[in-house]
Amino acid sequence: MNSKGIMPAPFDEMSSADGNSRPGYELIKRWLDSETPESLGHRRLEAELLFRRIGITFAVYGDEEAEERIIPFDIVPRVLTKTEWRKLATGLEQRVTALNMFLADIYGTGEILKAGIIPSDLVYRNPYFRPEMMGLKLPHDIYVQIAGIDLVRTDAEDFYVLEDNARTPSGVSYMLENREVMMRVFPDLFAEYRIDPVETYPEELLATLTSVAPNSAPGEPAVALLTPGPLNSAYYEHSFLADKLGIDLVEGSDLLVRDNVVFMRTTEGLKRVDVLYRRLDDDFLDPLTFLPTSVLGVPGLMNAYRAGNITLANAVGTGVADDKAVYSYMPEIVRFYLGAEPILKNVPTWRCREKDACAHVLDNLHDLVVKEVAGSGGYGMLIGPAADKATRDIFAEKIKADPDNFIAQPTLALSTCPTVVDAGIAPRHVDLRPFVLYGADKVRIVPGGLTRVALKEGSLVVNSSQGGGTKDTWVLDA
Amino acid sequence: MRLKIRHETSYVYGTPATRAIQILRLTPRGHDSQFVVNWRIDVDQDCRLDASRDPFGNAVQSFTVEGPLDGLTIVAEGVVETQDNSGIVHGQAERLPLPVYLRDTPLTRASPGIRALAEQASAAAGPDTLPILYAIMNGIRDRLDFIVNVTDSGTTAIDAFSHGHGVCQDFSHIFIAAARHIGLPARYVSGYLFHTEMLDGQAAGHAWAEVLVDDLGWVAFDPANGIAATDSYVRVAVGLDYLGAAPIRGTRYGGADETMEVKIMVNETARAG
Amino acid sequence: MLSRTADTLFWLGRYVERADNTARIIDAANRLATVPDSLAGETSEWEPALAAAGVLSGYTEHHDEVDRDPAIDYLAFSPDNFSSIKNCLGTARNNARAVRTALTAEMWEAINEAWQELKRYDGARMDRQTLNTFLSRVKEACLRFDGSAYRTMLRHDAYWFLRLGFYLERADSTARILDVKYHVLLPEDAQVGGGLDYFQWTSILRSVSALTAYRWVYHESLKPWLIADLLVLNAKMPRSLASCYENLATFLDHLSLAYGRQGPAQRQARSTMTRLQNAQISEIFQNKGLHEFLTEFIDENARLGETISKQYLT
Repeated sequence: MNSKGIMPAPFDEMSSADGNSRPGYELIKRWLDSETPESLGHRRLEAELLFRRIGITFAVYGDEEAEERIIPFDIVPRVLTKTEWRKLATGLEQRVTALNMFLADIYGTGEILKAGIIPSDLVYRNPYFRPEMMGLKLPHDIYVQIAGIDLVRTDAEDFYVLEDNARTPSGVSYMLENREVMMRVFPDLFAEYRIDPVETYPEELLATLTSVAPNSAPGEPAVALLTPGPLNSAYYEHSFLADKLGIDLVEGSDLLVRDNVVFMRTTEGLKRVDVLYRRLDDDFLDPLTFLPTSVLGVPGLMNAYRAGNITLANAVGTGVADDKAVYSYMPEIVRFYLGAEPILKNVPTWRCREKDACAHVLDNLHDLVVKEVAGSGGYGMLIGPAADKATRDIFAEKIKADPDNFIAQPTLALSTCPTVVDAGIAPRHVDLRPFVLYGADKVRIVPGGLTRVALKEGSLVVNSSQGGGTKDTWVLDA
Repeated sequence: MRLKIRHETSYVYGTPATRAIQILRLTPRGHDSQFVVNWRIDVDQDCRLDASRDPFGNAVQSFTVEGPLDGLTIVAEGVVETQDNSGIVHGQAERLPLPVYLRDTPLTRASPGIRALAEQASAAAGPDTLPILYAIMNGIRDRLDFIVNVTDSGTTAIDAFSHGHGVCQDFSHIFIAAARHIGLPARYVSGYLFHTEMLDGQAAGHAWAEVLVDDLGWVAFDPANGIAATDSYVRVAVGLDYLGAAPIRGTRYGGADETMEVKIMVNETARAG
Repeated sequence: MLSRTADTLFWLGRYVERADNTARIIDAANRLATVPDSLAGETSEWEPALAAAGVLSGYTEHHDEVDRDPAIDYLAFSPDNFSSIKNCLGTARNNARAVRTALTAEMWEAINEAWQELKRYDGARMDRQTLNTFLSRVKEACLRFDGSAYRTMLRHDAYWFLRLGFYLERADSTARILDVKYHVLLPEDAQVGGGLDYFQWTSILRSVSALTAYRWVYHESLKPWLIADLLVLNAKMPRSLASCYENLATFLDHLSLAYGRQGPAQRQARSTMTRLQNAQISEIFQNKGLHEFLTEFIDENARLGETISKQYLT
C-alpha cells in the first residue's frame, strides 16, 4: 500500500519510536514478549470458543452464509491511563451536553440558526430532521440518552471525534463480552493490573432510562427494549441488553397504543410501558406517522409520544445531530451553548456544499477521506490515498452530481495497537467508541468502550461489516 | 360561500377485526377567508377522541376501538363560510420554519423531467413568481391526464409524471416537487371542493397545494384544475405531502376482507336566521 | 411474559417434539420395509408413514408415486415440507434464537449445536448408514434439549409453555400413528391376523419406542387391543394420550395458579383428561370404533391448541 510513503509513521500506543513501552503498557509488553506465536494462537482459539459458546454473532446485510459469523476478537487489550481517560470523559460529557442542547434548540426556537452559526437549510432540510418533533417538549429536554462517540487518536495528546452516533449506537455488548472473555482467558493479567470494571453498564443504562420516564408514568416506570427482530444485524445485542437489564425485549407487534398510552401484550393481559429503549430507526417507528409500509413499528406511537405518555430513547429526530455536515459545526455548537472551548477535537472537515471547499476536495481527492453525509458503517466512503485513479474519478463524479451529500477530511494517521496476526504480533489501526449515558439525574460513562481494530495491514477501516475486529479496552485504575 | 359538508368514511370487515386505531385530520381550522361555523366528528363505536395539534398546525383526533368489529364509520360534518381571496391564505396557524417546506419527501421527490419543467417555466415566465407557478401548472396539465383509479395514495410524483396521468393528489405532488426545486416553499393541502356538478356526492376529498409567494404569503393553487383556489375550497389540513395531510391514517388488527367507502357531500347552504 | 415469547416457546416445544416423532416414524417404517414380503405382504410402508407424520397430502402434491427414497427425503429433508425434520429443527432453532434469553445456556447450546451439525445433511443420495446416523443424531438432539429443559429451566411460565407445546404435539403424533394403523388393531373378538399383523404391531410400538414398555406393562404376547390400550389410556406410558393430557392439565394448572385466573384452556384440558381416565379400551372399540375415536381426539387436541393460543399467546 502506497500510503506508507505518504503518511508519517502512525503513533503506536504501546511502543514509542525508541522501542520503549509507554505508560500503562509495561505489563502488556512483558506478557507479549513471554508468549510465542503458538501460545498466542492457543489463547486466541480459547477466546474464540468462548465467544462461540456465548453466541455473539454479527449478521452482515446481504451475506447469508455469514449470517452468524463471529466478529473477530483480538486478545491484546488496548490500554488507557486514568489521566487519559479523565480528560476523555470530561470531553465526552461536554460534547453530549452540547448535542442535547442543540437538539432541544432546533426542535424549539432555533436560536443557533437565528444567530447564523449554522445554515438553517442544513438543519431543516436534513433528511434526519423530523418536523414531527417540532414544539414537542421532552422530559428534561434530553434527546440523546445513549451516545456512542467514535474517537481516534493521532498522538500522545490528541483525540479526535470522528463521528457522534446519536441515533441508535451499537457495540456495547461487545464491550461487555470482550471483558468477560478476557477475564476468563487471562485471569493472571487481571490479578496484576487494576482495571476499572465495565460490568456496571447495564445498571447504569437502566438508571438512565428510568430517570427520563414521563411524568405520567404510574409508580416505578416500566422499561422495554424495542427491536426490529431477529433478522436485524444487532439483534444479539438487543437480546443481550434486555437480558442484562431485566427488561422485556419487544417487537413492534408486541406493543399497541390505546388512548395514547403504550401497552405490551403479555400472557397476563396488557401491561403499560413508560420508556422504550428503541433500537429501531425513526422511519419504521410508527406507520401512521412515518413510513406507512413499516410493519416493524407501533401504529399510533408518535401520538402517544406527543401526548407525553412514553419516552423514546433516543428521541425521534436525533439523527440530524450525527449528520456529518452538522458534525463539522460541533466546535461552534459547543461554544454557542456552553461558552467553552471544546475539549475533544473535531477532524477538520470540508463541506462539499460550499463551493470553495468542494473545489478543494476535488483537487485533492488523493489525500482525503470522502464520506457521504448520511452514510454509516464505512459504506459510501472513499479513502483517497488507498484508492486508484479510476475509483477516485468515479467518486469525483458522484460529488459533482450531489455536492451537498459529501464531506471530506484529511487522512488521519490513526494510532496503532499491538494485535495478534498470523505471524505473531503487529501494530494495527484502532479507534474507540465510548458510550455516554445521559440521564435526567446525571451523566454516566463507564470507563472504557469498544475498541475497534482494522485487522488488515495498513487498513484504516475498522467497521466490523468490513473486516474489522474488536479489543477489550482497559482504563487502568492507577 | 356558506358550505355544508358531510364526509363519511365506512369500513366493513368480512372477518371481524380485533381492534383498530386511527389518526384523523378531518377538522378544518379557520383563517382570514375561512370561518368554521360548526364542526363535529362522530365515530360509530365506543371510543375516546383525543384531540391534539400537530406541528403543521393541523387539528388532529386520534382514537382506538376494541373489537370484535364488523365495521367502523367515521363522520365529519359541519358548516364552513369561505371568501374568495384569490387563493391567498392569511391568518392561519403557522408553526414551522419555512425551509421545512423545501424538504424532499419520497412522494414529492422531483425527477429530471419535473426539474426540467420547473426550470423551463421559470425561465419562460419572467422574474415574477405567480406567472411561473401558472406556467408550471399548465405544464403539468399538458403532460398529465386526469384519470381516476389508476394511481393510488402511494404513487410518487415521479411515477405519476412518467405515467402521464393521475388524480388531484398526483397533480399536487408534482406541482410541489417542481416548486420546491426552484426554491419555493410548498405544501400539500387536503380539503373539500364545492362543485355544482357533484352535488350528489363525491367519492374522495380534494387536494391542492400552497406555495409561498414573496409579498403575498401562502397562495393556494389547484394544479388539477389549473387555477388559484377560490371560495369553493375548504382547507382542512396541510403537510409536506399526502401522508402528512391525509384525512385518515389507521391500522386494523386482525380481521380480513376490508372494504372502504367514502362519501362526501359539499352543498351550499343558506345563512341561518 | 410477552405473548409472543410464550408463543415462540410453545412452538419451539412442538417443533422439537415433531422432529423426534418423525425420526421415529422413519425408523419404524424403514425397519418394517426390511421384513421379507412373504412375511409382511407386499404393502408400502411409506404411505402410512407419510400419513402418520401428517404430510401425505403435501407429499402427493410433489410426487406421483410413493417410493422409499422420495418419501424419506420428504419426511426428513425436503424444504418443501414444512414439517420435515430439517425444517422442524431449523424453525426450532430460529425460535430458540428469538427467545434466547428465556432459555438456559444448555438448552440453547443443545438446539444450536444440533442445528449446526444436522443442517449439513443432504437428503439426496444418502445411504442407509448415513440415514441411520442422521436419525440417531436427531433423536439424541431432542433428548438433549428436552433433558436440558428438565434439568436447568426455572419452573415458571416459560417452562410451562414449552411443555404445553411438547405434549400437545406428542398427543397429536401418537393419535395419528395409531389411526394410520387402526385397521390392524382390531377388537378382542375379531380375527387375529398372521405374520403381517405381528410386524405391523411391533412397528407401531417401535414408532413410539414402546416395544419394551409393552412387555413390562402387560407381560403378554402382542395383542392389538392391548397395544391400543397402552397408547391411548395407559397413563404410565409417557407417549399415551392419557399421559399427555395429564401433563397438559398439570401445566395449565400451574399457569392458572401463577397468573391467578383460569380460562377455557384449563377446562378443556381437564375435561379431555377425565374422559381418558374414565374410558376403557373395549368400550372405545365397541362404541364408535378406534378410528372414529382417534379422529375426534385429533380435532379436540387441535382445538385445545387454538384455545391456548387465544388465551395466552396472542
